[in-house]
Amino acid sequence: MIQSIAILLGYQLAGEIAARALGLSLPGPVLGFAALFLTLLLWPPLHAIMAPTARGLLAHLSLLFVPAGVGIVRHISSLGDQSLAVLAAIVASTALAIAAGATVFVLVDRVMRR
Amino acid sequence: MNDFADIWSYLAQGPLLWLTATLIAYLFGTWLQRLSGTKPWVNPVLIAVAILAGVLVLTGTAYETYFEGAQFVHFMLGPATVALAIPLYDNRALIRASALPMLAALLAGSLVAILSALAIARAIGVSTEVLVSLAPKSATAPVALGVAEAIGGSPTLTAVLVILTGITGAVIASPILNLLRIRDDRARGFALGTASHGIGTARAFQESQTSGAFSGVAMGLNAILTALIAPVIIRLFT
Repeated sequence: MIQSIAILLGYQLAGEIAARALGLSLPGPVLGFAALFLTLLLWPPLHAIMAPTARGLLAHLSLLFVPAGVGIVRHISSLGDQSLAVLAAIVASTALAIAAGATVFVLVDRVMRR
Repeated sequence: MNDFADIWSYLAQGPLLWLTATLIAYLFGTWLQRLSGTKPWVNPVLIAVAILAGVLVLTGTAYETYFEGAQFVHFMLGPATVALAIPLYDNRALIRASALPMLAALLAGSLVAILSALAIARAIGVSTEVLVSLAPKSATAPVALGVAEAIGGSPTLTAVLVILTGITGAVIASPILNLLRIRDDRARGFALGTASHGIGTARAFQESQTSGAFSGVAMGLNAILTALIAPVIIRLFT
């Protein structure tokens, strides 16, 4: 487990360094994610080392958003009397985006299978 | 014997108390969710945030003090993002075979997320400053903050809107997708990741590993697409 955590952190670190050195606007962990995926394609045995830790971590992905979520509570007042309007826009647009994305996926998939 | 105030002032200084509180609040949230029969609107993030925010207010604790303990949990977001490479690798054949539906769904989901949010918000009288911060709300937090800053929005406000969008998606996705009778795990996960980034992806992993893998891919792709199109679209609205 320590080995796979060290590998995850190593890829994140490499991602952070690459993002800064190359002036990319993508976050370091996203670059680390892409690099680890490429490594897995080139050297599949790494998968067996990483899989248990990765599954354990991703099974509780929700937990990791709790601290940031608590942080929003003190900033929510900065929306003032616009809170309700903004919340309505978020709920409606998120519902529309999910419906649009999933519907388009299914339709294009159906057309391709013909 | 120390009285409670002494013990409290000792605990309130170190990270132990708030780290423990974060884990317990989350476990309580997952317990409630299981008790409800994994109903999507009983969301563990929402429950834990509500409990912890309440406790902070009641005890007069500053967020900075809380975060000293909670930062250990927050920090794991980075390695967890890297770890998304494993489900992506597991599902690589399925993902390669779904490239075209994914690309179409990404364009549709990303455009609808930005355009509908701005159109609705402007129609009901939201100020231009908030509109600008609202545009990148469906992208993962670090990218959304960077985009907001680049187009003249407030990064702090964007962080709030990004998290609200994530929780909203995690709560409403299953009822909407069930209503539309979309049962394909690839489509469900991909739409959720496009609209609601990491928090949506966390919810997608509760549905299935395939759904989670597609959601993770969608989150990564929409981070890139939002960074490219949000600055262009916002010019139509300001």
